[in-house]
Amino acid sequence: MNNILNQIGIENYIFLSVVLFCIGIFGVLYRRNAIIVFMSIEIMLNAVNLLFVAFSTYHQDAQGQVFVFFSMAVAAAEVAVGLAILVSIFRNIHSISIDNLKNLKG
Amino acid sequence: MAMDTNLALVLVLAPFLGFLINVFFGKSLGKTVSGAIGTLSVVISFAVTIYFFLQINQTQQPISISLFDWIQISNFKVDLGFLLDQLSLLWLLFVTGIGSLIHLYSISYMHDDEKMHQFFAYLNLFVFFMITLVVGSNLLVLFIGWEGVGLCSYLLIGFWYKNQDYNDAAKKAFIMNRIGDLGLLVGIFIIGSMFSTLDYATLKTAIAGATDLNIYALSAAAFCLFIGACGKSAQIPLYTWLPDAMAGPTPVSALIHAATMVTAGIFMITRLNFIFDLTPDVQSLIAIIGAITSLVAATIGLVQNDIKKVLAYSTVSQLGLMFLALGLGAYEVAVFHVITHAFFKACLFLGSGSVIHALHGEQDMRKMGGLRKAMPVTFITMLVSSLAISGVPLFSGFFSKDEILLTAFEHNIPLYVVASIASIMTAFYMFRLMFLTFFKDFRGTEHQKSHLHESPALITFPLIILAILATFGGLISLPGNSWLNSYLAPLFTKVAGEAHHLGTTEYTLMGVAVLGGLVGIFIAYIKYIKQNNVPGEDESITGVTKVLYNKYYVDEAYDYLFVRSINGLSKFFRDYVETSLSALVFGLGKVTNEISYQGRKLQNGSIGLYLFAFVLGLCAIVSYIFLAQ
Repeated sequence: MNNILNQIGIENYIFLSVVLFCIGIFGVLYRRNAIIVFMSIEIMLNAVNLLFVAFSTYHQDAQGQVFVFFSMAVAAAEVAVGLAILVSIFRNIHSISIDNLKNLKG
Repeated sequence: MAMDTNLALVLVLAPFLGFLINVFFGKSLGKTVSGAIGTLSVVISFAVTIYFFLQINQTQQPISISLFDWIQISNFKVDLGFLLDQLSLLWLLFVTGIGSLIHLYSISYMHDDEKMHQFFAYLNLFVFFMITLVVGSNLLVLFIGWEGVGLCSYLLIGFWYKNQDYNDAAKKAFIMNRIGDLGLLVGIFIIGSMFSTLDYATLKTAIAGATDLNIYALSAAAFCLFIGACGKSAQIPLYTWLPDAMAGPTPVSALIHAATMVTAGIFMITRLNFIFDLTPDVQSLIAIIGAITSLVAATIGLVQNDIKKVLAYSTVSQLGLMFLALGLGAYEVAVFHVITHAFFKACLFLGSGSVIHALHGEQDMRKMGGLRKAMPVTFITMLVSSLAISGVPLFSGFFSKDEILLTAFEHNIPLYVVASIASIMTAFYMFRLMFLTFFKDFRGTEHQKSHLHESPALITFPLIILAILATFGGLISLPGNSWLNSYLAPLFTKVAGEAHHLGTTEYTLMGVAVLGGLVGIFIAYIKYIKQNNVPGEDESITGVTKVLYNKYYVDEAYDYLFVRSINGLSKFFRDYVETSLSALVFGLGKVTNEISYQGRKLQNGSIGLYLFAFVLGLCAIVSYIFLAQ
């Protein structure tokens, strides 16, 4: 089991995961297209999933991998709902730029 | 036994049924029917009372009826029960008897009033509560009646509620009574905690058998009970409500504020004589308060011009004499005076009602006079009652008042002197009333003069009956041969019931009392017949008379001492305490509101900002985790 981690060290997984997460963050902060923001969030989510799996292997503990399945299922559901909302927003205002979505003002 | 229970229930509930009928259907039944039902219900009670009275007079056995267990907490137990013994039946006799007459009188007296059915409903309710008070077998049942009669008194004083003064008088009566009631309640609590029972018979045996009785606690209880009696029976310092209570219709004054309710305090003390006998300090207090009340009220009565006010102060004064007798341990003498007083005072009040009726509501004696010819029946009955209350020999008041004075003389000379002076004053103001009302020329308007008439038979009939009773009522307790004393003897532990044997001292005292009464009458005669004086206008009154006319300014003093100080306290609470409390509560609301208002601005709808905040938060958490390690 350890041979995978022997070939590529655990540090590399962590670096990749951090890089992915940061990409996700910057995507969320800079892009204005709601679908791209969505995708960035998914990237962040998957960065964390990757970390889960890597540590799970490192610790010889299957729990982390099981957890990832759940997390992926939730993410899938979230995407389904989120995209549906976006479609319906687009039908109403013909735009999915988050700058135009100000109706949630308190 | 079952029959006795049923009859006792009839006795108690007949007036209540009358109340229910009158209160729910009175309006549709019409005035005459409503009045007849009201009267009949009391007459039924009266008839049952006579039945029981005859029975007990023969057997001498008190009838004790327990309906059900009312309260039972560990060893403390209270029944809802009745006790028909010598005392309660005697009381019932005149409560229902005089009550019937006054109901009869009211049919005619109140006939022009649109709320007549309501009046009869209240009167019936009053009789019901008064009967409850009297027949209850324990202090709690007495308390129900006690509160109930207070309520009815309030309702009836304020019966003509469109007049604000009458409402104030009603409230005054109620509040003053409440002060007394608190005393009664505390007294009941103390007794309940000492003996774990409130039942008269059980209490009596418990006290008789007690070996280490806490006399201080018992004195405290007796004192509190006496406060209760003070409130109900209008003794100093709680007497001021009674004269104001004359705002009610005259039959109410006669029934409630002269003959029956105000004697409840005397009933209670007589009922609990075995407690008061053991607390001589409280007894002395009762005697002193009684004597002082008697004198103070009599002096005020000397100068009043309102015919009902004179009678009201006379009632307070006579009640004071009864308390004097109670305080001296002569319970049967007090009871005797209660009975004769009920006769002649009810007659006097009803007579004054007849006069007021004839004059279309005029109560000021300065505007009366010469009514003797127009109203012979009213005049003669009132004259008889005045002679009785003044203690003229052979009338009932002579015997009862004489007994009180004799008792006072035996125990305490100063109290005797005070009571005698009060009696002389009584004779004076009663005949002042008679002379001003019935003699000389009429001083009212021409219009009133042309309408002067004797009252109808429904009014004069009760007057005649009461006048006869006021004349011969003294026969029940003749000196030396007292039926009343032997009748009541089983009630008392001490053998105070010994009739005074007639010796030189007694005859001398009797002579002094009679002479005093005659002197009072004579002074009134000189002043109001010979010199033809008529009391002047309110403004022209000066000096001592003014002090008396304004009732020693007691109302003003009470107003200053209690009403204003309490108002001041209320004002303080309203202006400062309440204001600061509400400022605190409102302030809290305002702060919350302001925070929310400011926080709202953060939520500006820009998703970019939300995401930024989200990332910032994430960074903060992550850096916290790293830094914390």
